[in-house]
Amino acid sequence: MAVAQQTLTVPKKKAQVSQSYWSLVWWKFRRNRVALFGGVILAVLYFSMGIVPEFVSPYLLERASNYTEAAPQQVHLFDESGAFRGPFVYGLERQIDTVKRTRVFVEDKAKIWPLGLFVQGDSYQLLGVIPTNIHLFGVVSDDPDAQFFIMGTDARGRDWFTRIIYGGRLSLLIGLLGQLMLLFFGTILGVASGYYGGAVDQVIQRSTEFLGAIPEIPLFMALAAAIPAFWSPIAVYFMLTLILSFVRWGGLARQVRGLILSLREREYVLAAKSAGASDARIMFRHLLPGTMSHVIVIATLAIPGMILAETALSWLGLGLRPPLTSWGVLLQDAATVRAIHTTPWELWTVPFILLTVLAYNMLGDGLRDALDPYGGR
Amino acid sequence: MTQQTLEPLVEVENLRVEFDVRAGVVKAVDGLNMTIYRGRTLGVIGESGCGKSVTARAILNMIPKPGKITSGEIRYHRQAKHLRGENGHSTKTDVVTINELHPDGEVIRQIRGGEIGMIFQEPMSSLTPVYTAGTHIGEAVSLHRLSATKKVGDQIAANVAAARKVDRDEAREIAIEMLRKVGIPKPTERVDNYPHQLSGGQRQRVMIAVALSTEPSMLIADEPTTALDVSIEAQILDIMRELQGSVNMAIMFITHNLGVVANMAHEIVVMYMGKAVERATVSDLFYNPKHPYTQSLLKSIPRLGEKKTGERLASISGMVPDPFNLPTGCVFHPRCPAVMMGKCDKIAPSWTKVGEDHWVSCLLYEEVGA
Repeated sequence: MAVAQQTLTVPKKKAQVSQSYWSLVWWKFRRNRVALFGGVILAVLYFSMGIVPEFVSPYLLERASNYTEAAPQQVHLFDESGAFRGPFVYGLERQIDTVKRTRVFVEDKAKIWPLGLFVQGDSYQLLGVIPTNIHLFGVVSDDPDAQFFIMGTDARGRDWFTRIIYGGRLSLLIGLLGQLMLLFFGTILGVASGYYGGAVDQVIQRSTEFLGAIPEIPLFMALAAAIPAFWSPIAVYFMLTLILSFVRWGGLARQVRGLILSLREREYVLAAKSAGASDARIMFRHLLPGTMSHVIVIATLAIPGMILAETALSWLGLGLRPPLTSWGVLLQDAATVRAIHTTPWELWTVPFILLTVLAYNMLGDGLRDALDPYGGR
Repeated sequence: MTQQTLEPLVEVENLRVEFDVRAGVVKAVDGLNMTIYRGRTLGVIGESGCGKSVTARAILNMIPKPGKITSGEIRYHRQAKHLRGENGHSTKTDVVTINELHPDGEVIRQIRGGEIGMIFQEPMSSLTPVYTAGTHIGEAVSLHRLSATKKVGDQIAANVAAARKVDRDEAREIAIEMLRKVGIPKPTERVDNYPHQLSGGQRQRVMIAVALSTEPSMLIADEPTTALDVSIEAQILDIMRELQGSVNMAIMFITHNLGVVANMAHEIVVMYMGKAVERATVSDLFYNPKHPYTQSLLKSIPRLGEKKTGERLASISGMVPDPFNLPTGCVFHPRCPAVMMGKCDKIAPSWTKVGEDHWVSCLLYEEVGA
């Protein structure tokens, strides 16, 4: 009875709110846990590597130490006697491994280097403006030799984790930048191809087929080899981004063309034309927005491809070169049998690449479902 | 309406539009003549596929792709906008031949929307789904309408000011004003609505608001009310008539609804297979139709309250001829109830005057040697 009473009370008149397309998209996207998870991972990766790598990494990129090719240090909570000491690492002691006939670093149980969060270290400028020396984590010790290498060091004694963070900055951004450029080429050419049809369409479609017919890696290699060796690493970086987007715009252009082919027959295009809109206006103001939901999904799903292509090229030695640090460059360091044998921790780069690619795919899949909020499921 | 000397606005002379498709050449419009006068409404009626819409598109030089204007002229008597006086009367006109303009050039784009507006058959899909009603009107306004700030006694300043484009806030105000004019309730809210939030009638009104927001000299209404129900249809027609009076706009009203056209038009052109077969004032056409096709069309309107119930509604016998294979002579002769065999199938009729402002293209009214 009480329930019936409750339902009978007149609800307050709600303001009439009609759901906009994007609010429906967000509503649907939010319910997709996997996609949300992917999005959060990416947000964390991009924020930590793209925006504040100096803060996240315990060292600066080029900071070398005496501990060359040191294995990752183990974090301990209890010392030898079993007493709780908080998180710490033991000191490093140089030894010669008589079997491998190499120099190795082993734990020196006499020295204890405690670890902490928000510790002081190398000074840098946060976001390029705020001078500070606070790092997310590191050693808190008066010992000038105290170091913390969570993922070991390379042949010059540089912290591998730091290098991964900085490498991620270039690798992640090349994916975004390349994809933006690809979007630019792909949509403009796709829209023009679909809207004008005829000769324009033929030329654009045949060139995408031509580019598509050449195996990708040799084409990358040829183009990358054409970058002059004396160029500055940054110029090489942007050139490489351009090459990546140049080789891959065809797929997107095709998809956009297909959508435009159907959209251009809509009445509103005729209406816009009869209102005196120019071709460019019709193409980019009236037709392009209609393809956006598709383009966003395609772009999201294609970014990992970009990242992998950069990695592959750099790994082959055709992309970025030291002193630039990208995941491909780091993998190149780890590419020899000797490296895998003696410094296997250099393969820590791989999980980061996997994580990024997986996160992008999760996000892209979620977006694909969400951007069609009126669809089933 | 007080009778005044009629000023021609658009003259269509001997227009031919052909579509060269795989199966052959379709003559969509075949030697059409018509004149649309300033401030008047010309009704164009005819069956589906008789070339009404193609004619409308030709006037805006927007023939869809395989189609081409193969001969004829469309002369548009253009009045430079800033030279228009208070009551919409010109001080100066120049004649533009529309079909000789570059189809995507600057001049035709100024004319489209700015001077000749168009409303389409499908209001449901004629608005871009991603833009609000206000954006649509704002687009037309910012493309065509010049700000009407004018300083008295300063000719140079007036010209400079007239060349200024309408800015964003002004465009929004104009949009709200236009929505109010076309009778949309709560225009200040509706202006921010997307097409999917509007009903069919509202969308059509928005279309009309877009077309009229630039104060065009002429409005082409291509079956503007076929997709609407009758009550909304009546409202829309009222709005169009009202606005026509206030800005001295010409209307070319294309329809196959004879009732609507009787209500709207001053003059009517009846088309059949790309040709005009009869042209007359509304009362002449409805009370004294000359061409057998017009007569048959009028007979096929169902009428309420007529005595002979149980009788079948008259229809035009036969089928619309194959456009690739038109009949010889008069194109209507295979279906014509008054056909004169041996004459109609051999000689193409020409334009004959049968009364004051009443022209017909039929051999019944033409002296020709057989």
